[in-house]
Amino acid sequence: MRAFLKYTWIEIKLFMREPVGAFFTLLFPLLMLFLFGAIYGNEPSPLFNGYGTIDISLPAYTAMIIATTGIIGLSITMSAYREKGILRRLRVSPLRPAVILAGQVVVIFLMTVLGMLLLILAGTLVYDLRFDGNVLDVVLAFLLGSLSFFSLGFVLASVMPNARTAQVVSMAIIYPMLFLSGAGMPLEILPESIRSFSKFLPLTHVVTLLRGLWTGGSWAEHTTEIWVLLTLMVLGIVVSSRTFRWE
Amino acid sequence: MSTMISVKDLNKTYGETKAVNGISFQVEEGEIFGMVGPNGAGKTTAIECVEGLRKADSGKIRVLDLDPIRQERQLRPQLGIQLQQAFLPDNIKVWEALDMYKSFYDRTVDWEDLLDELGLAEKRNTSFQKLSGGQKQRLFIALALLNDPKLVFLDELTTGLDPHARHTIWDLVRDVQRRGKTVFLTTHFMEEAENLCNRVAIMDRGKIVALDTPANLVRDLQISERVIFRVQGAWSPEVLEDLDGIKKVESQGDKLVVYGSANGSQFSASIVTGVVNTLSEAGVQFSDLRTEHPDLEDVFLTLTGRQMHDQRRD
Repeated sequence: MRAFLKYTWIEIKLFMREPVGAFFTLLFPLLMLFLFGAIYGNEPSPLFNGYGTIDISLPAYTAMIIATTGIIGLSITMSAYREKGILRRLRVSPLRPAVILAGQVVVIFLMTVLGMLLLILAGTLVYDLRFDGNVLDVVLAFLLGSLSFFSLGFVLASVMPNARTAQVVSMAIIYPMLFLSGAGMPLEILPESIRSFSKFLPLTHVVTLLRGLWTGGSWAEHTTEIWVLLTLMVLGIVVSSRTFRWE
Repeated sequence: MSTMISVKDLNKTYGETKAVNGISFQVEEGEIFGMVGPNGAGKTTAIECVEGLRKADSGKIRVLDLDPIRQERQLRPQLGIQLQQAFLPDNIKVWEALDMYKSFYDRTVDWEDLLDELGLAEKRNTSFQKLSGGQKQRLFIALALLNDPKLVFLDELTTGLDPHARHTIWDLVRDVQRRGKTVFLTTHFMEEAENLCNRVAIMDRGKIVALDTPANLVRDLQISERVIFRVQGAWSPEVLEDLDGIKKVESQGDKLVVYGSANGSQFSASIVTGVVNTLSEAGVQFSDLRTEHPDLEDVFLTLTGRQMHDQRRD
């Protein structure tokens, strides 16, 4: 436990010293929020069932943070750790691999939470954010979405030959997904043809689930999302534990 | 004295290449045991099998009487390992690295003392990426000593370091031995093996071609010192050939090399006096005279028929 706490604490410090990761997790979503807030404001709109742009963007941006930390952050960090031999050095200590993985998950989870809290704080202070859901439900959905995407990130990290490739591949995965899943912009403004394609993107399900629960929906309305994300999570854990490599 | 490492008939093949081809050796308590040979001789593969990082194809390995693969859990806390290719995160500070690794062990020494002894005390707040090559290696030594291990592995410890940093590291390794620890190291510098190791295994193409103390290895060569010099003007090398204790005279470019005939003893009389006197009496003008003693370099050359070529480059 002492090893886990110490390792995790160091990883948190290292994360905060890495400007790119901190920017995409903590600052970029805020910039998006202020940009779209400046353009559309947060007036209730019939397009969003009486919610404002910011109200429905907040859970979507949360999904965006989950996707970027999970897919980009984790896969680049882990493949760089492997490529440089940082994992090799850890391996010759008594630290167990599960502790390394758990530490990584906790760090990016905390950072994702922090990113979400900043969004909520800004949304509340500046745009009079409307929240009709149950906090516990949203937290659980957030947890489910995070874990399923983090496990995907570990799978990517295991199959990528090096950090450079991990970066290119994760960018290629993440950008179309951000635009087509409703995470970067509401699905309602996309044409029907694109929306029919969106449901094949895992991130769409995180957005839909979070948005649904955020606006007072119930779990029963989201069985598809729950199953998709649970399946992803289990698959991701199984595959990444099979494919984990020290070097 | 007990045996710390015992290896019997170790084999490891990568594809078509037999990286390690049936080697056996033992490392005894308190010694500095070195495995030396050119790049690609199989040293790192061998040491990593012993460390439990690679699984041997066949052979028996015991480290502190444990199986390094199956009993890895029990073994890890007792070993100190410096890897040939390892890294810390760029932004981690020296003290953070030590503090973190300390938390992985139940029993540790005070890392503040280690930093002092390794000359890193003033670098404690420096991040890893800002350390020089020598400082990084010293930090890795500190990490390897953190858990007060009985057995320390050092793989290519001084590769990439300048001569000054290299000598500093040698002193540190001797200190490690003085603290009662056993050291198993690999190097491709013959000079390093000769200076540092109590016993040396010379490796070539996956096999151990010789294993003994550096002094014995050199003595067994049956060659003596060499006297090398330049000559101005005409003269006849025959004047030297009648001298006692001379095996042969060879000209290499503008240099002359006089080989002493070996009698197998390090303490045999030097041939320098004889050579100098004879040249002076014959009125031969010579310059740049120096002597060379046979070393592990010559042992390798004699055993394999090849030079340890790239070893002076880095």
